[in-house]
Amino acid sequence: MARTESRYSFGGDEHLFVEIDEEMSLEAFFKSLSVCTAIEEAKIEGVTEICPANASFQVKFDPDVIAPADIEAEVRRIEARAQASHRIATRILEVPAYFRDPWTTETLLRFRDRHQDPNATDIEFAARINDYPSVDAFLAAFTGSPWFVSMVGFVAGLPFLYQMVERRRQIQVPKYLRPRTDTPALTIGFGGCFGCIYSVRGAGGYQMFGITPMPIYDPQQKISYLQDFMCLFRPGDILVWKPIDREGYDSIKADVEAGRFVPKMVEVTFDLDAFERDVDGTNRKLLEALHA
Amino acid sequence: MLEVVRAGLATTVQDLGRPGYYHVGIPISGAMDRLAARTANLLVGNPEDAALLECPFMGPELRFSDARTVAVTGAEIAPRVNGQARPLWTSFRVDKGDTLSFDFLEKGARIYVAISGGIDVPVVLGSRSTYALGALGGFRGRKLEAGDLLPLGAGAGAAEGRTVPEHLRRMPEMPARLRVMPGLYWHRLTEEAKQSFFEDTWKVAPEADRIGYRFRGGRPLTFVPREQPFGAGSDPSNIVDAAYPYGSIQVPGGTEPIALHRDAVSGGGYMMLGTVISADMDLIGQLQPHTPTRFVPCDMAEALRARAERRKLLDAIRAHLAA
Repeated sequence: MARTESRYSFGGDEHLFVEIDEEMSLEAFFKSLSVCTAIEEAKIEGVTEICPANASFQVKFDPDVIAPADIEAEVRRIEARAQASHRIATRILEVPAYFRDPWTTETLLRFRDRHQDPNATDIEFAARINDYPSVDAFLAAFTGSPWFVSMVGFVAGLPFLYQMVERRRQIQVPKYLRPRTDTPALTIGFGGCFGCIYSVRGAGGYQMFGITPMPIYDPQQKISYLQDFMCLFRPGDILVWKPIDREGYDSIKADVEAGRFVPKMVEVTFDLDAFERDVDGTNRKLLEALHA
Repeated sequence: MLEVVRAGLATTVQDLGRPGYYHVGIPISGAMDRLAARTANLLVGNPEDAALLECPFMGPELRFSDARTVAVTGAEIAPRVNGQARPLWTSFRVDKGDTLSFDFLEKGARIYVAISGGIDVPVVLGSRSTYALGALGGFRGRKLEAGDLLPLGAGAGAAEGRTVPEHLRRMPEMPARLRVMPGLYWHRLTEEAKQSFFEDTWKVAPEADRIGYRFRGGRPLTFVPREQPFGAGSDPSNIVDAAYPYGSIQVPGGTEPIALHRDAVSGGGYMMLGTVISADMDLIGQLQPHTPTRFVPCDMAEALRARAERRKLLDAIRAHLAA
């Protein structure tokens, strides 16, 4: 991590904004997540929302209940105590992924005039600028490691995904030159160093690689596994892609509609220090836990 | 039952919002002009947080299947019952079969139509507010359409003729003045940009809705040169995706400031230069496209004073209507 001291700033009279680091790293994300958990556990009166993000977080408070200076002092105190935690109990989830599908392909072709390379598809462009010899080789790298859900938001239930590999192996792709006005729901997107799954149809600027048949947000709460809560992902979840073809896509979609589909999900403990010592070994163990 | 004969432009069911789910991207929603919404409910004898209709730029046409008390607050869009004019900011009766319609917009941007008993759509995550982007809450998660039948709650309704005098109403000045606390990524702006942002008169762009208000016409903002941090993206206005405060002002590419409102996107990768103070958020809800707008610098002490003044105004409205 490039920086040791967090930057505190107020977003108006109702938000305290804390930037752990200017740049993205798993360490900054871990610190953000553990401080947010500690703030939640402290049950500070007047705190109404705690939003962890990639390398920063935000606390919304009611200044009629707690003075801005007091909430800042309280959060600083919690941050000073909470920074040691490098182990989290979390979940690992498998997400079926149909890459180069007809729906995102049709959409990306409609918006070529907003793209860096109008003569290639999004995934061809991403493979080339990341120096992969082919789209298949790019996809092997894309699906070859797990991803951290480093933030949930933008719109309801949308996970931001951070690739769990050393920085030199991380995929990076610019966003569209101008955002699209349309993105199919459940599109697998990528922008900067972050992947995402678009939870709803709408505007978007991330490159489009594919689509999942597995709903991740259901405001009606009719989908069996979204009946407890309408959003599937939480910050700190670990995601593993499972590449599928058209047949696999259709079959899972039918299962979802019939209420038969249950996402593959197990509880795991993740240790950042162990991960940094041995990235591939730790990732292998996570996959073994998922498939055990 | 309330029948929607004509829906207006983007009429939605709103209350005072749905706090607690911003960390998964579900914004607070609720009336953009909270003070006008609370007042409308008080006028008809509802709890202040009852669900009502928020109608931007244009009124709907509504038919009642039973007698109710109604009040319209916020923008100047004169109501009519069966074609007969009724005053704004004042409770009036409608009978079974009556039709409520509206004249054209004269001033402001959004009216709040409160009906005794409130709009009785299901409570979702603690609120009846519509979050249209997520198809959540309100009436079927969307803006109203002609032919919709809205359930109304039971409620006696206050007498007609209750009114709020003009000095207890709050609408934007001309040009509008929005107080902004610099902060968040303010340090990314050059000294020239820090000055020009507050010196220039901006205009509300046509892209102005419940998610956010866009402004244009000021000088482009320039950024302090730097090597972009890992993960931030290549544009100097990019940051590593972070949480966006309500009211925060982001400036993609340095050209057009966007102030996020009640249906805010909860986070993203654009630097924010500061935040509209809580006391002035209601005013944004009453800005029409093309309204000239000045951003006025403000510190925390002034923001808290403004917040206390707004609360005092609300207390005065309550006292006036309780008398």
